Amino acid sequence: MREVAIIGVGMTKFGELWEQSIRDMFAEAALKAMDDAGVKKIDSFYVGAMSSGLYTYQEHLSSLMADYMGQIGVPGLHVESACASGGSAVRAAFIEVASGMSDIVLAGGVEKMWDVEDGTIVLATASDQEYEAYNGVTFPGLYAMMARVYMEKYGLTREELAQVPIKNHKHSVNNPNAQYPFEISLNDVLKSSMVADPLRLMDCSPITDGAAALILCPLERAKEFTNKPVKIRGVGAATGPIALHDHRDLTRLDAVKLAGERAYRMAGLSPSDISFVEVHDCFSIAEIIVAEELGFFEYGTAGKAIAEGQGTYGGKVVINPSGGLKAKGHPVGATGAAQVIEAYYQLTGKAGARQVPNAKFGMTQNMGGSGGSCIVHILEAL
Amino acid sequence: MADSARYHREKFHRYILEAQKFDSGFVSLPNRYVDPYSGSRSYEKINLKGTGTILSYTIIHIASDQFAHTTPFPVAIIETDEGARLTVMVTDCDINDVKIGARVELVFRKIMEEGESGIINYGYKAILI
Ligand SMILES: CC(C)(COP(=O)(O)OP(=O)(O)OC[C@H]1O[C@@H](n2cnc3c(N)ncnc32)[C@H](O)[C@@H]1OP(=O)(O)O)[C@@H](O)C(=O)NCCC(=O)NCCS
Repeated sequence: MREVAIIGVGMTKFGELWEQSIRDMFAEAALKAMDDAGVKKIDSFYVGAMSSGLYTYQEHLSSLMADYMGQIGVPGLHVESACASGGSAVRAAFIEVASGMSDIVLAGGVEKMWDVEDGTIVLATASDQEYEAYNGVTFPGLYAMMARVYMEKYGLTREELAQVPIKNHKHSVNNPNAQYPFEISLNDVLKSSMVADPLRLMDCSPITDGAAALILCPLERAKEFTNKPVKIRGVGAATGPIALHDHRDLTRLDAVKLAGERAYRMAGLSPSDISFVEVHDCFSIAEIIVAEELGFFEYGTAGKAIAEGQGTYGGKVVINPSGGLKAKGHPVGATGAAQVIEAYYQLTGKAGARQVPNAKFGMTQNMGGSGGSCIVHILEAL
Repeated sequence: MADSARYHREKFHRYILEAQKFDSGFVSLPNRYVDPYSGSRSYEKINLKGTGTILSYTIIHIASDQFAHTTPFPVAIIETDEGARLTVMVTDCDINDVKIGARVELVFRKIMEEGESGIINYGYKAILI
């Protein structure tokens, strides 16, 4: 297997992008990434999107995106794994470069979420349609049921849980691409409208339009394009049950643990080597459980640790320096690719006021459904 | 979102609570070809008695359009006495009485309608006992 590097990145602003279509957004991110890497022609590409069909009545993204990013003729593939589609696209591109099949591969993701009236029904397709969504449960509802058990089992308080979005919003203030780059108070969280008890609006990632793209190439060629490549040192992926009720323990996300272990093993690293991690905080409780599954904290302790400052600058590991899904925004198919972009910025010293000092290794964790799929990447500064 | 053809296929599980007990002990509703963890294909068919316990629950305040008229409503993950896990609405109750550990019984109810001219979709909800 060849070693693989990231040589350029590009993304749109995240938010309500009324004037841009799904093709505009992806083309913008892709062209920015190609310009950043200084490549005119790619050999192949992967585009992650969860549900372009239901959101925009558009499928066949391979053709559409090749056409609109000026790469007609190049092979492309639409990758779908619910909210882990973007991370899956990066992993697929990694495999193609590592295998020796192609040299210059673009990996990215996109989602156009603001065009539909009832987005809840689209997101519910990532759960078990016949045995969860059919009975009225929503995505926030599934994570609310995890939160309920976790809070009862470990004594996590509502106030402690609120510290996750408070921290992520604080980080987002320094991210010019974030959808909601403002600080929020404890009161803002506790007074925000109830979505699925105990989760409130300020526990939930928002509805977001956006796209993100990266250019990958063999490490041995990276210096042709940039003097600051970032190496993809470990990749791990795993699946879990489609229905939350089939998780043997509702406070655990087994697929995250498996994907994390696989990435650590491939990288030859352990949690103490990692300076920052972009995690899939689709709901506040998710960040807590994921931080435990990735080995940063013991089971039952991450909520309190984050509330005590262990998940921010100066703490044990900086969790979501970008602002996370909560504050940066969560265009589902783009999120996994955007997480890797944040890692690239951090590891090349381009993260501005949110720079994590002296970061050598960073991690990204992207998750589909209620833990039905997970992709973890470990990135290295060279 | 329901659909008549898909609805028809699930009728055994939704009307008579038919489940499978695999030799590993895993109980599945709906039917599948193989135990998702052990890979075993050997099971017996069982019918659930319909009683169980709440493992977790939430109160849905923002629902998809087809359930928006009934918010707020409780949804729970229950484990039946035979060990099957289901996600169901909890109905005919004071939402403050829904608790982890509460005993429930499954009752046959209307779930939704497929628009103006479609069929009515039924299934099981839980009531507190
Ligand atoms: C939580 C949710 C249901 C809220 O939707 P909603 O109640 O329709 O909220 P609205 O869009 O009406 O927003 C209300 C206000 O809060 C703001 N807002 C919405 N989400 C916000 C957020 N996460 N953070 C901060 N502000 C937010 C909006 O901008 C809006 O402000 P305005 O009234 O000034 O325009 C919706 O954002 C959601 O479904 N999120 C989860 C997405 C999801 O499941 N993703 C996949 C996870 S894997």
